[in-house]
Amino acid sequence: MSRFKAIEEYEAPRADAYRLLPFRFTALDDSSYVLTNIAGEHLVLSNESLRALVRHNLPRGSPEFVELRARHFLQDSVDSVAVDLLALKLRTRYRRLPEFTALHIFVVTLRCEHSCPYCQVSRQTEDVAAFDMTPETADKALDFVFRSPAAAIKIEFQGGEPLLNFGLIRYVVEQAEKRNASEKRDLRFVIATNLALATREILSFCAAHSIDISTSLDGPEDLHNKNRPRPGRNSHQKAVEGIQLAREIVGRERVSALMTTTSKSLDRVRDIIDEYLRLEFPGIFLRPLSPYGFAVKTNAIAAYTTARWLEFYKEGLEYILHLNQVGVRFREFYASVILKKMLTSDESGFVDLVSPAGIGIKALVYNYDGAVYASDESRMLAEMGDYTFRLGSLETDSYEDVMLSDRLLDPIEESMTTSVPMCNECAFEPFCGADPVFHHTAYGDVVGRKPESAFCARNMAIFRYLIAKMRDDSGARRLFLNWANQ
Amino acid sequence: MLALSGKFEELRGLPEGSPRELLRVTTNRDTPKVLARAAAYLCDTADVPSGFRVYLALEHNRRHLDEISGKAPTAVLPASASFLRDGDIIRLSPRNASYRVLFRVHSNHNGLLLTERCNHYCLMCSQPPRDVNDDWVMDDVERLIPMLPITTRQLGFTGGEPTLHGERFVDLLALTKRLLPRTAIHVLSNGRRFADTRFVEGYAAIQHPDLMVGIPLYSDDPVRHNYVVQADNAFDETIRGILNLKRLKQRVELRVVLHRQTIDRLPKLAEYIGRNLLFVDQVALMGLEITGFTRGNLEKLWIDPYDYRSTLESAVDILAGYRVPTAVYNHQLCVVTDRVRPFCVQSISDWKNEYLPVCATCDLRAQCGGFFSSGVRYRHSDHIRPVVTT
Repeated sequence: MSRFKAIEEYEAPRADAYRLLPFRFTALDDSSYVLTNIAGEHLVLSNESLRALVRHNLPRGSPEFVELRARHFLQDSVDSVAVDLLALKLRTRYRRLPEFTALHIFVVTLRCEHSCPYCQVSRQTEDVAAFDMTPETADKALDFVFRSPAAAIKIEFQGGEPLLNFGLIRYVVEQAEKRNASEKRDLRFVIATNLALATREILSFCAAHSIDISTSLDGPEDLHNKNRPRPGRNSHQKAVEGIQLAREIVGRERVSALMTTTSKSLDRVRDIIDEYLRLEFPGIFLRPLSPYGFAVKTNAIAAYTTARWLEFYKEGLEYILHLNQVGVRFREFYASVILKKMLTSDESGFVDLVSPAGIGIKALVYNYDGAVYASDESRMLAEMGDYTFRLGSLETDSYEDVMLSDRLLDPIEESMTTSVPMCNECAFEPFCGADPVFHHTAYGDVVGRKPESAFCARNMAIFRYLIAKMRDDSGARRLFLNWANQ
Repeated sequence: MLALSGKFEELRGLPEGSPRELLRVTTNRDTPKVLARAAAYLCDTADVPSGFRVYLALEHNRRHLDEISGKAPTAVLPASASFLRDGDIIRLSPRNASYRVLFRVHSNHNGLLLTERCNHYCLMCSQPPRDVNDDWVMDDVERLIPMLPITTRQLGFTGGEPTLHGERFVDLLALTKRLLPRTAIHVLSNGRRFADTRFVEGYAAIQHPDLMVGIPLYSDDPVRHNYVVQADNAFDETIRGILNLKRLKQRVELRVVLHRQTIDRLPKLAEYIGRNLLFVDQVALMGLEITGFTRGNLEKLWIDPYDYRSTLESAVDILAGYRVPTAVYNHQLCVVTDRVRPFCVQSISDWKNEYLPVCATCDLRAQCGGFFSSGVRYRHSDHIRPVVTT
């Protein structure tokens, strides 16, 4: 007789039933379901095992049982700490909520020398006075910025082309730094610019004040120039030269690029990725077109369907996976945002895929004219004549008026995925987010009907794709874990 | 392997009933009288100076002891104690004419056993527990700490389960902080006692500047963990202990011993750590030491590290993916994959660290952690081979 007991003797007594911890599930394919719990752990289970699980028939000690217990989908008497760990993970996920608002967008001008058909907001005009932000307005915006409780604050300069009003950028940076001497926030700046007007002097200022550069790059020269017309038809050349110069003066890691997918992009995903590779970017954000501004007016949004965009996205992701297989490190940033939710107990806080929604509490927009908007999309919507998400004005409203207004709090509360019909029971809820502005724009209310929602269709498809990929391809899983933890 | 303890060949002047003594060993014949009175002089030449508390000599030097006049006790050490150096600390036990070297001044692997008692009974325990009252062991450690040089770089507290001493263990840590303020302390504990809020608060209140507790976690499956440590509720209490320690910002190392009962779920455990315990300070994945209970249970424990190398790689990939500082202990570089090699550290305590003859021509020998002496003697991988790097 051994002094040591067998493993079976450490299982809970047969009479003790296991109990289910909160989880949701949805069919992944014909033979399996994906289960998710409130902390975002997911598990793929065969149809039979799921049935056995919910009928409390799953044999104790079976591989599925052990897996479900270790991942906190079920609990029995050997494991009382599971609920505490679930609570801890959930708390971790929401820990940034009290730290509102981290991103403050200053629309320093609506003027732009580009005339991109998909652009939501820009104006071609010489009339400086009509579309530029004044220092007085900027001062009031800074009052709002420093009322936010967030310890880390980022001020983003947008347009139009913000470099057309560089004087005001300089003013805001200097004033913000002056205030921050006593505020002591983790203060950062970023300029969203097409770089066509970037000079050594401007970039040196950025270097001296740790200002990041975020530029637009839609792909190779012909595609980029078709998407982004400007006098001289040299937008691509200007962007590439600007990127190189900005890297040299401001710093390589301080320069990033964003692309917009138009109908002309759809057959070109490899070319687009190759262009980012050629310019030595560490990754790309494969973005869909948003239904705002000129994008709607010019019908560019109708030029392709969600299904077509998904094809484009998957082809791009497959190509990026291939690149990594052959030893070229390259990332896709939207997948990274989702994978962080899937594979870690953390949350990237990405404004467009978070619940409660990011409007107002993740980002505030100060328009050139002093209007305060709940998000970048909100002011684009206003340019189309819909002022639903105009929260107030720097001229007439206090910080409290804006942040406590029903215009802000109602859509946040009404769109929370934990309570919205169909979201609340969706297995992918932990990975998803609320986008009240999109749903209002496209469907007339902040919730929308999920079966008709392009937001829902697009994200669900990506969730399924990523989960299946990780199940079937261990190399992809390893890569995804790295993306999730970047 | 160094024999840190043994029996004297001969012990004179300390009758069986006299108390244990802790003495600093010295070879300095010019030691001032005031210090000599509390020191053990290790004779290696003729013309032995007077005034020391005890005189020691290795067997081949025993003739020098004959010169000693007066009543000073003398002891003859076996040849296996030849590693003794000036500044080491030795315990003499007259009751059974034995000794133990408690501290070696030139070693960075000084571990102090605080008890032989344990509330685990691990399948692979290298130090099988004994349920005896061994408060005297703690008495000795409390006497030893004041004797250690303030320059000591690191010190380990081990067992048995050190926290079974309760408040006395916490008091010992506090004493160590006061007397050895710049010494890094590493505690080996199963972590269960830290589930007790009052206890963990006392531990944290010491505010030790360089203290780490190494806690074993063998599986993400509570039943498997409890089986490996042969104790009910162990998993629950250990996890609660870890959560309490980290809540109070104490440093925690997770230790996983790799063997047939833990290897299959190792990647799952790595994921579990990434999702639930991301705040631990490091994870050590440790090769099996073929000693203690392991030898009796070798049948159910042994798996050739070469055969689990891809599983180990997956686990390391996952932990590294989650940015958890990870180290692989007790593995030879020739039995792990290329990706795992940078994670391997030379972890085996110097006194029980060896290599095989075949290792002599290996280009990686200098970087390799080698073997436990017990591994060389009883069981090691069948795939040990010299690595040629050029």
